[in-house]
Amino acid sequence: MDPDNNQVSNPEIDNLIEKNYEFGFTTEIESETIPPGLNEDVIRLISKKKDEPQFLLDWRLKAFNHWLKLKEPKWGKLKIDEIDYQNISYFSAPKLENAPKSLDEVDPKLLETYDKLGIPLHERAKLAGVAVDAVFDSVSVATTFKKKLAEAGVIFSSFSEAVKEHPELIKKYLGKVVPYRDNYFAALNAAVFSDGSFVYIPKGVRCPMELSTYFRINEANTGQFERTLIVADEGSHVSYLEGCTAPMRDENQLHAANVELIALDDAEIKYSTVQNWYPGDKDGVGGIYNFVTKRGLCKGKNSKISWTQVETGSAITWKYPSCILKGDNSVGEFYSIAITNNHQKADTGTKMIHLGKNTKSKIISKGISAGNSDMMYRGLVDISSKADNSRNFTQCDSLLMGNKCGAHTIPYIKNKNLKSNIEHEATTSKISDEQLYYCNQRGLNQEEAVSLIVNGFCKEVLQQLPMEFAVEAQKLVGISLEGSVG
Amino acid sequence: MLNIENLKAKIDNKEILKGLNLNIKPGEVHAIMGPNGSGKSTLSNILSGKKGYEVNGTVSFEGENLLELETEERAHKGIFLAFQYPLEIPGVNTNTFLKTSINAIKKARGEKELDAIEFLKLIKQKSLELKFDEKILSRQLNVGFSGGEKKKNEILQMSILDPKLSILDETDSGLDIDALRIVSEGVNSLRNNKKSFLIITHYQRLLDYIKPDFVHVLKNGQIIKSGDYELAKELEKVGYEDFN
Repeated sequence: MDPDNNQVSNPEIDNLIEKNYEFGFTTEIESETIPPGLNEDVIRLISKKKDEPQFLLDWRLKAFNHWLKLKEPKWGKLKIDEIDYQNISYFSAPKLENAPKSLDEVDPKLLETYDKLGIPLHERAKLAGVAVDAVFDSVSVATTFKKKLAEAGVIFSSFSEAVKEHPELIKKYLGKVVPYRDNYFAALNAAVFSDGSFVYIPKGVRCPMELSTYFRINEANTGQFERTLIVADEGSHVSYLEGCTAPMRDENQLHAANVELIALDDAEIKYSTVQNWYPGDKDGVGGIYNFVTKRGLCKGKNSKISWTQVETGSAITWKYPSCILKGDNSVGEFYSIAITNNHQKADTGTKMIHLGKNTKSKIISKGISAGNSDMMYRGLVDISSKADNSRNFTQCDSLLMGNKCGAHTIPYIKNKNLKSNIEHEATTSKISDEQLYYCNQRGLNQEEAVSLIVNGFCKEVLQQLPMEFAVEAQKLVGISLEGSVG
Repeated sequence: MLNIENLKAKIDNKEILKGLNLNIKPGEVHAIMGPNGSGKSTLSNILSGKKGYEVNGTVSFEGENLLELETEERAHKGIFLAFQYPLEIPGVNTNTFLKTSINAIKKARGEKELDAIEFLKLIKQKSLELKFDEKILSRQLNVGFSGGEKKKNEILQMSILDPKLSILDETDSGLDIDALRIVSEGVNSLRNNKKSFLIITHYQRLLDYIKPDFVHVLKNGQIIKSGDYELAKELEKVGYEDFN
């Protein structure tokens, strides 16, 4: 009798689920793309094109040969269409007669693309005080604010440039946190990665601005395999943000990135991601496969690594940004908002590996599923026998919209130390028709109401983002879910 | 202002309202009293636009067919419902909710939206007028609020949104005498010759504080008797069962 308990789906609202992907344009730009296929010659070619030192080529080849021995993981609940690795092009670069020496020399069409994406590359960068490294398909196109950073002693450049200018740093840290043997996609990335970002913050330096990278896949049939390496030397501090978009294409495109973070004594790295890869259409056709390995090593005592992610895009997301808490008193944090709509699937979470004494970790995960989508939180908290007095707190909240989506939470917990403790809390809730009615009665339309309720649900995580990106993320959260209540 | 003719409403094939007539003019305060299950809450839900009912009859609000409007459009036109059970929205500050609400309404009316400073000024002034503690505003909407705080919050929202027609759905339920007095004083301070109120209640008690111009008795989906305040007193003596 009570209308409140009527959970029938609302056709009006269902119709609204179809929301177009805003960043689905392609850029007509001449590019140099090597033919699809993967073998040692392709790897040699990539390495040669990038003019790499021998040690790096050797490392790539070792990774490739290891990869050949591995089998693609059949992961959890994900149904992944077979990926034909021989049908992917492993290198694509916007064609430039000569490499650009400054922003003025960058192809205006490229700059236009970044403009459309709302990336503060030019003057806007100065206003926002953000230094941006933009990776278009495989190559890093422009790094802004280099000078100002150089004055502080901060190195922020494309990976290729760092290989040339600071080979000793690359040699010292590459693959130390995510070795190529780590997993299938990490091995693939190590073999074929084409570019990415490199950051080094010297001892005692507080990076004077937020650092930022934007990734964009433009060419059809290309994969994007970037690598990010961030090293924070003793007592330093850096905040880094990455954003991602891609055009709408019918086929699935592969994005297999690696991110390695290293924090030495008393250093702090804050890494934020706003991921908005093309999620596929409402019937689940196309979209990016986002298979990413991200890991941070709190190597030094009192170090801290904090991951914040807002995941709204991709057809399939498979990532577990993790922290290895090796240094005594080190701290790892993971704040996550993951949103899936239509036929998107996400399997995401974190691993907190406590090795040092008095180490602390905190996990706040907010999962929102709508449409026919499926969301999985998968996390590991592992406290070793030597990690005395360590603590973990985990909170996983799921919000369901409609009756056709799913949310699952799988926390793995291993505690081998009696002096340490782990706390886990989990909730699942649903946006109720009553809540929406209440908001409607106060003058909010359906979309405004959903956006308000979801942003409230995500608040703890949104607060962790740097100010200017928090606003962007908040809008993105609203857009991704427009009308997706049933 | 509000004109209801022969209103019938069904839910799950059960008829709740069976031909209800009511006319409210600007500045009037009407009270509807009735036993459980008489259709009181259904009436307030239908006026504010809750979905799920099969509705027949006509309801016009300032000459417009109310039944054709979406819930939020009715709010934009100036209809406010003080909920019997206000909803909790975790993570959303009461302040944020109120600002989003008033600006959604202003935007729909083509008025200038309030900026943060104008809004804070307004909210300060209204809390002061109603003698409500401002602290409530920085808390998450209705989360962990006592029954009294929730109802006070509804009245505060009502005063800020400044509606033409306010419907109070059993606002007195769950209130102790002090809270009842404070809430009633709040409502009384908002009365003027333009604003109208429809007060839905079980008990005469609330009407001792908010004196209505008209009292209607709702039974089995129809208004069986209308009168003035004296009717409420009579009802209290006789009870709903024997009242005909």
